[in-house]
Amino acid sequence: MKLHLKVWRQRDADDRGHMATYDVDDASPDMSFLELLDVLNEKLTVEGEEPVAFDHDCREGICGACSMVIDGQPHGPEKATTTCQLHMRHFSDGDTITVEPFRAGAFPVVKDLVVDRGAFDRIIAAGGYVSAPTGSAPDAHAVPVPKDQADRAFTAAACIGCGACVAACPNGSGSLFLGAKITHLGEMPQGQPERNSRVLAMVDEHDAAGFGGCTNTGECAVACPKEIPLDVISQLNRDYLAARRARRRSA
Amino acid sequence: MVLKYVMAASGAAMLLYLVLHMIGNLKIFFGADALDSYSAWLRTLLEPAVPYAGVLWVIRVILTVALVAHVASAIVLARRARAARPVRYVHRQPVQGSYAARTMRWGGVIILLFVIYHVLDLTTGTLNPNGVHGEVHSNVVADFDPSRWYVTLFYTLAVLTVGFHVRHGLWSGLQTFGRSNALVQRSLKTFAFVFAAVLVVGFLSVPFAATFGLV
Repeated sequence: MKLHLKVWRQRDADDRGHMATYDVDDASPDMSFLELLDVLNEKLTVEGEEPVAFDHDCREGICGACSMVIDGQPHGPEKATTTCQLHMRHFSDGDTITVEPFRAGAFPVVKDLVVDRGAFDRIIAAGGYVSAPTGSAPDAHAVPVPKDQADRAFTAAACIGCGACVAACPNGSGSLFLGAKITHLGEMPQGQPERNSRVLAMVDEHDAAGFGGCTNTGECAVACPKEIPLDVISQLNRDYLAARRARRRSA
Repeated sequence: MVLKYVMAASGAAMLLYLVLHMIGNLKIFFGADALDSYSAWLRTLLEPAVPYAGVLWVIRVILTVALVAHVASAIVLARRARAARPVRYVHRQPVQGSYAARTMRWGGVIILLFVIYHVLDLTTGTLNPNGVHGEVHSNVVADFDPSRWYVTLFYTLAVLTVGFHVRHGLWSGLQTFGRSNALVQRSLKTFAFVFAAVLVVGFLSVPFAATFGLV
């Protein structure tokens, strides 16, 4: 396959950046998109040019490291697919493909296609966990979880924190990510003691990080490679209201 | 995040008013007297417990507060959204969400301009060709005279914009108050669509009936 790539190049955080055009003549339809970039980088290295920097880790669609907006869509045009699992057979010979970093004020570009998604880590650190005394592991099924709740928690827990929702959102909001974490922990018995403080702290951190507000356009749920459903945002909103009410009562 | 609830609550207040307003408008189909006496009744409502037009003014104050809260929150949230994406995409697919969702902000501006014109037209009568206080029916008929087709056209566009705004706004507001889950999301969207469609038909029936001489 012959492909024309338009790739965002940016030397460092302070560089203004620009789109550069490259041709890859020896792409295989069985390559993943990241392997296509590997091939491009080999070519660039041989030519003495700086290779294109991009995030990647497991390359099997579960770590959330790969990112980039391909032809205007986070993780590219395939539904429920991360960039590393996006194969070139979904493109046609001679295509021109535009590749940009995830765009968000809270995700500053580090270099080329690499963005700093530390804001998500800070949201998790603010409350996206359950506090438990460590020690020996508790017996399995010591705490029964109703099937419906377990299913919903699992659906939400599929979130890999890649940030595609933010990249897709016209408001640059991280609400789908937030909602996924709130729903995941909120459906579990272990998540109950910190349910109120969690949502308040995580929303505060989300807003402070400079993410926008949700306007329920639903763009995030379409872009999400793990198909997190939009109703987790409704759950987030409900929990947030309940937590504020509870805080007023106890104040 | 609190601003989202302000948006939803103020939107709900204005939506409730829209429903009452539409029902009131439809009195025109029961004749000129029905409409004019309804308008007079709105002013004598709850008299003498409250002064003349007291209820009307309470509603106007509530609406103004809701409008200011809605617009102010929208401006803050829109600015925040802009700041959340300082560098635009070179290439971005059109939003998958509905046309209504995409036009909330500019649609809101159009509706605001329309409301100003509408108040000057049919509340104060300043811009109305008849413009006699209390002669609601005559004012409406004069307003949507076939020779003033551009006014009817503007009203039509504005009401359609309101329809789009309500369609996404109602669904979004329900989602904001957490009255949504995976099971009912589709029904909520349908409900919002039907609600908006009924409002559009109800509001447009009056100017069109006046233009075509049916009332």
